[in-house]
Parts: sequence; C-alpha cells; structure tokens
Amino acid sequence: MNETLTATHEARPMNEENGKTIFGFWIYLMTDLIMFAALFATYAVLHDNTFGGPGPEQLFDLNGVLFETLVLLTSSFTCGLAMLAARNGNKNQTMGWFIATFVLGTGFLALEAAEFVRLIASGSGPQASAFLSAFFTLVGTHGLHIMVGLLWMFVSLVQIKRKGLTPFVNSKLSRLALFWHFLDLVWIFIFTIVYLMGIAI
Amino acid sequence: MEHFLLGNLTWDALPHQWFTIGGTSALILGGAVTAFLLTRYKLWGWLWRDWLTSTDPKKIGIMYIVVAAVMFFRGGLDAIMIWLQQAMASGSGGYLDASHFQQIFTAHGDIMVFFVTMGFFFGLMNLIVPLQIGARDLAFPFLNSLGFWLYVAGAILINMFFAVGGQFAAAGWLSLPPLSEAVYSPGAGMDYWIWSLQISGLGSLLGGINFLVTIFKMRAPGMKLFDMPLFTWTSLSSMVLVVSVFPILTVTIFLLWLDRFFGMHFFTTDFGGNPMMYVNLIWMWGHPEVYILVIPAFGIFSEVVSTFSHKRTFGYVSMVMASLGVMVIACLVWLHHFFTMGAGADVNIVFGISTMLIAIPVGVQVFNWIATMWHGRIEFKTPMYWFLGFISTFTFGGMAGVLLADPAADYQLHNTLFLVAHFHTMIVGGALFGIFAGITYWFPKITGFTLDEKWGRRAFWLWLIGFFASFTPLYILGAMGANRRIDHYDAATGYQPFFIMALAGVCIIALGVVAQVIQVYVSIRDRKQNMVGGDPWNGRTLEWATHSPVPFYSFASTPVVRGRDAFWEMKQSGRHNSQTDLVPGGNYEDVELSKNTGMAIYLSAFVFLFGFAMVWHILWLAAIGLIGAIACVIMRSFDEHTEYTVSGSEIMKMELSRKLS
Repeated sequence: MNETLTATHEARPMNEENGKTIFGFWIYLMTDLIMFAALFATYAVLHDNTFGGPGPEQLFDLNGVLFETLVLLTSSFTCGLAMLAARNGNKNQTMGWFIATFVLGTGFLALEAAEFVRLIASGSGPQASAFLSAFFTLVGTHGLHIMVGLLWMFVSLVQIKRKGLTPFVNSKLSRLALFWHFLDLVWIFIFTIVYLMGIAI
Repeated sequence: MEHFLLGNLTWDALPHQWFTIGGTSALILGGAVTAFLLTRYKLWGWLWRDWLTSTDPKKIGIMYIVVAAVMFFRGGLDAIMIWLQQAMASGSGGYLDASHFQQIFTAHGDIMVFFVTMGFFFGLMNLIVPLQIGARDLAFPFLNSLGFWLYVAGAILINMFFAVGGQFAAAGWLSLPPLSEAVYSPGAGMDYWIWSLQISGLGSLLGGINFLVTIFKMRAPGMKLFDMPLFTWTSLSSMVLVVSVFPILTVTIFLLWLDRFFGMHFFTTDFGGNPMMYVNLIWMWGHPEVYILVIPAFGIFSEVVSTFSHKRTFGYVSMVMASLGVMVIACLVWLHHFFTMGAGADVNIVFGISTMLIAIPVGVQVFNWIATMWHGRIEFKTPMYWFLGFISTFTFGGMAGVLLADPAADYQLHNTLFLVAHFHTMIVGGALFGIFAGITYWFPKITGFTLDEKWGRRAFWLWLIGFFASFTPLYILGAMGANRRIDHYDAATGYQPFFIMALAGVCIIALGVVAQVIQVYVSIRDRKQNMVGGDPWNGRTLEWATHSPVPFYSFASTPVVRGRDAFWEMKQSGRHNSQTDLVPGGNYEDVELSKNTGMAIYLSAFVFLFGFAMVWHILWLAAIGLIGAIACVIMRSFDEHTEYTVSGSEIMKMELSRKLS
C-alpha cells in the first residue's frame, strides 16, 4: 500500500512493468491450480469406479514412477541453476542449464508416454473405465503442461541466443521458471495421491 | 479420404430448414450490407486501424457493447419464439417440433449469459474501471484485445450452426449428461456448444486476470483500496469469482468433450461414469457465475444512487464488505441447484442455510441504497428509474430465491417455471437493468452527449410492465406444477391463459426494446443539443474528471487522489482545475500507451478455425488452427516494442486546441 502511495509516476519503467506481469502470472498459476484441483476432485470421485477392470494396484509400477519423479525434480533443480546463472548475467551457463532442464523434461515425458503405451497395450486405455479416464486425464493434462513448458523453454533459448540476457528476456525467464516449478509441485501431488495412495490404500 | 478431408461434414449440413435458411440469410445479408457501406464510404482502413486492432480499453469496451447488443437481439428473438410456442402449445398445438424447441431454449440461455450479460459487463468495465482508478490502460492491453476477440470467436461459433450443421445443442444451457453424451446427442450441435463456450470462457478468464492486476497495481497515486469507487470494488469481486471458477468450467467442458470425442467415461451411465459429478462441477462454476453477472450491477447502482442523490454512498465500508461477502458465499451454495439429487437432509440443509445467508449482504446493500437516497436531493434521471425498477424486482425475486433455498419447498418447485421466473427476475431485473442504468449513466462519458430522457423513460416503463406481465404468470404456473422447458401440455391443465399473458408481456418488453432503439437514434440525431462537458451529472468519481468523450490519453495529467469520491473532493477543495482544465505551464508528463496490433485477431481466427474443425472432426484443419495459434503466440513473444510514447508537450497542445475550439 505504502509503495503505491509514494510512487511517483515518473519512476515507473521496467520494475513496475515486471511487477505487474509477475503478479498477473501468479494469478494465472492460481487459475491453473484450480483447474488441477477440479481434475484431482474428479479423480478422487472416480478412482474406485474400475467397472470390474484392474485398479491402481494392478496397473502402477511404483519404481518407474519414482524414477520419473526424480527426473522431474532434478529438472526443477537445473532450472533453478539456470535462473541463478541468468541473475549473474552468464549467458552460456544459463543456456547450458536450460538445455539440461529441457533434456530432463523430455526424458520425463518419454517415461510418461512409455507408461501410457504400456497401459493401453495391456487393454487398460482411457476408455476402459471411469477410473482410467480420470487417471489418463489428470496425468495427461500435467504432461500437456510439461509439453507447453518445453516449447516455451525452446523459444526462450532462441531468445537468449538472439537477444542476450536483457531485462525483456529475463522477465520472461522468471515466468518460465515459475511455471516449471509449479508443474513440479503439481506432480508431487499426482505422485502422492494417484500413485502412492493408489497402491497403499 | 473424404472423411479425412471433411470429417463428419456432409451436404446435409448446409442450410435446408426454414430457420437455418433464415439465419444464414440474415448473416449473409448483414455482412453484405456492412461490407457495402464500408466500401461505399471507404471505411475499411478506419475500421481496421481505429477499432479492430485497437488495444485501447475505451474502444474495446465499445466493441464489447456493440457485439453484446447484437447478441441481445439474437437471444431476444429466441425468447419470443419460446413464449409463442408455449402460448400456442395447449394440446398438440404449437408451431415448433420438440427438438427445435429444445435447441431454442438452449441457445437462448447460453447466448444471454455468455454473450449478452458477460459481454455488456466486460464492455462497461473496460470503459469505466481504468478511468475510475485514474489509469490510462489495463495492465495487459494485448491480452485485453485477445480476450475480446476470443469472445467474438465464441459468439460466431455459437451462431455458426445456422450456416453449417443446421442444429444446435438441445440439452439445456448447461448440457447436462447423460443427455449431452455422444449416445444421446450425436449431432454436431453439442460440439458447437462445447467449443463456443470453451473459447469464450478462455477470453473471460484472461479478462479476469487482467482486471485484477489492473485494479491492484495501477491505481492513481494516493488511491487506497478503500478509496476505490464501488463499481471498481464490485468489478473486483466479480473478477475474483471469474478467476476462481472459470477454470472449473474449462475442466468440466473438457471432460465432456473427452467423453464424446475419445469415448471416455467421466459422465456416462456405464463403465463407472458418474453424471452427477458433472452436475456438481458445472454448478460449482454456474452458481458463482450468476453472481459474476449481478455483482457489477450492484456497483453500477451504487454509483447511480450516490450521484443522483448528491450524497456520498451510505455505509461505504459495509457496501464493500457486502460485495465481498456475496463473493465468498457464492462459492458455497452450488448444491442448492440439485437438492433433489438425494444427498440427504444433512447435506441439503447446510446448502439451504448457506443460500439463505446470501440474503444478508444483499439486504445490507438494499438498505444502504435506500439510506443513501434518504435526505438526498434526488434527481430523477433515467438511470434512477432503472434503479427503482431494479430494487422492486430484485427484492421480489430475492424473496422467491429464499423460498427456493428451503429444500422441502424446493422439492416441489424444482425444475418448474417458478425457478425460471426466479432467475429471470434476478438476471433481468438485476443484471440487465443494471446494464441499462450503466449505459445511460456513462453514455455521455463515452460519446460526449446524453441519451434522450423521454424515450429512456418510455423504454423503462415498457420494460418494467412487460417484465412483470411476463414473469408473474410464470411464478403462478410454476406453483401450479408446470415444468420448465415444456413444448406442449394438456389443455385440462389450464396453463394456456397464463402462457398467453406471458406472451403479451414479452410483446411489451419487445416494445421497450424498440423504444431503446428509438432512444439511441433520437439521441444521435439531436446530439448537438445534448452535448455535455466532462461532468454532466455533477459526478463524484474520477471518470468524470476528464473530457467527454475521453481522449485517447484518458487524463491530461495523472490525477492525485486524496480520499473517497476523489473527483468530488477535488471539486470541493478547488483542486479540480489543475486536473481537467489547462493550467499554463502545467505539468504534462510523457504518457506511454499500447500500440495497435492485429495479432489478437489472427490468433483468435486460428482458435476459431481450431474450434470449428473440432466440431466436425476435421483433424488436419484443427492441426492448422492449433499450430497457427501457437505460432502467433511465439511471434508475439518476440515483440519488444509494444508501446509508444506521447510527449507531454503534444498533450498540452491537444488540450490547448480543445480549450480554444
């Protein structure tokens, strides 16, 4: 509040602009979170409706999922290192860490796709029961977000390469990093609620 | 091969019934006349440069209102067709078959909620909220333009079935499953419903984010949250609801689409699907949605009452708290739409009580408005008429709502015309009257001249009388047990006289609409006499502190706020000269404004293409639409030069020439 009170209008440039976009992006992330919440609720309601087909215990491979999780968590770590490098103005390091993040993200997607293919091949595709519809949609929506994140990261790499670490590019990078960590957080919930609780309970 | 190229599209999809031929002809004729006039007067460039590509909220707001007005006529025609059928349909009468009738009430509901009421409010917010907080633009001008064009894409898509397909969804405005599933609604109409709402809903979500950031981050120096005008406050409440619940709508429609397109089983009756989950999800969005529509109207009335009573709003803080209270409780009542689901007495009574609680904050507002008028010098301009009409209808409909909130009573009234009468009293008497009041009130701010008072009052009386004439019989019919959405009924029920009365009522409303059209025409014709300055009503809030019509830079110099009713305070303290009038050697700073861009149009066109292709399962076209849209976003993300600067000296020159002319 005090900030707005004392803000003179001449002193508005980059900082205030950046503050606006970051704040707006946070609100967007919250709307995305509500979207995931609705999908989680759907999964919670439908997870027992296997219609006589296989349930979580028969379908999930916890070791594979744990590996998947570690890959994604590591990508969050490298993304953090990339942001650190960006703050220090080190262009090559920033690009290097983002490329590492990109590779890890792609690896995560490949692992997820492999799981989906395995399930569909064994006759447990999204059409098999309400439980599987909810499972594929919740996990798949997260995967779709990862895909968007990877595309964004690719575009950002081009922008770093062409424009350098200008305030314009950095502001975009900070939002990309937020997005990436956010997806990590959502995955933690998927890992816990879908996989761990699915097998333990 | 043919299926690859055209998906489910066949020759049968082209117009061949009287209403699709009529609708398509109307579309083509309207387009041809517009194109002819634009070419004749060489206005294409003007239209493109000054309007379509504009990112100025003052222009986007006007475009929203124009589109919403067109859609209002479209939805109104549906209303007349519904009532005509019901008035004729005693026994086996009526001029429509059941399927066509179902499509009409479905389209009527969706159009009125998504494209009329939402459109009008986004328009008014675009026009007024930035001015009320002393800002020159929204936080994200490009997203604002994009939100508008997505809304337009949705509006075109919902009318597209006239030209391609010939049938719309026929499962009610919320398309409840299992009826909306592929088994029972195999046609493309349901997919038009899905993609039209999905696309326009995305636009609303973008708008919600944009307004929240604008209101929180861009207020004029000195304006604290509790200095904000009440229309800004209620817009804030409404937009908080938008960002909270529109994601749920997106998910719900997405899941229905997955059921239909991929054969999944979220809401099917077999394979473990659960249709009631759809009902829960859609009302978790749907109930807050009706408050999204009505809360901004509360704000408009607060402005109108305070201005025309020449008093500050009574109980400002309690007004703010009330609108925030409605905002919160709105999210906790959704189950009252389906007490009959059978969740049990415990669950039902919780939601019954939470529903009744809403009457408290709304009641606080009603009393505050009355107390604001008390001892005021009330000026009876048209907006005040709309306010008085609103307060009587809204109180009436609100009490019917409290009645419906009682689960035991609701078991009798569920899905009857009583309910239809109730929510029309709230949406028409609440939201729509608010929109009319707002448009009349702010019209001089937007155009520089006032709307004609005489025709305004005529329109008001026709609307009010027509409203009660058409909806009072519906309350009675509902209490008699008449179901909503009936296309015919037994003559022995004795329904017909009431339906005929309702039809007579809607004819009076139609005359009211005619009076409004005449009002606009007369006002434009006589605009020279009705020219007013920046402050025609002796206003209290910042939007009146600048010229009418508002120049593109909004404020010559940024207003500095010292409390509530900022402009009133400026006038009282004699500060207002420094704000609106030219002070020689005054302080005119450089102003940064957003450049025009056609990107939002291209992007929305690709999204539209994607939606249309998905309706007909033309996958290659959908791929083009999707890739095109993504390419647009990427291209935009490279653009650093989205703003231009107007120097203070230029603004001073423009202000000077305005002073001299």
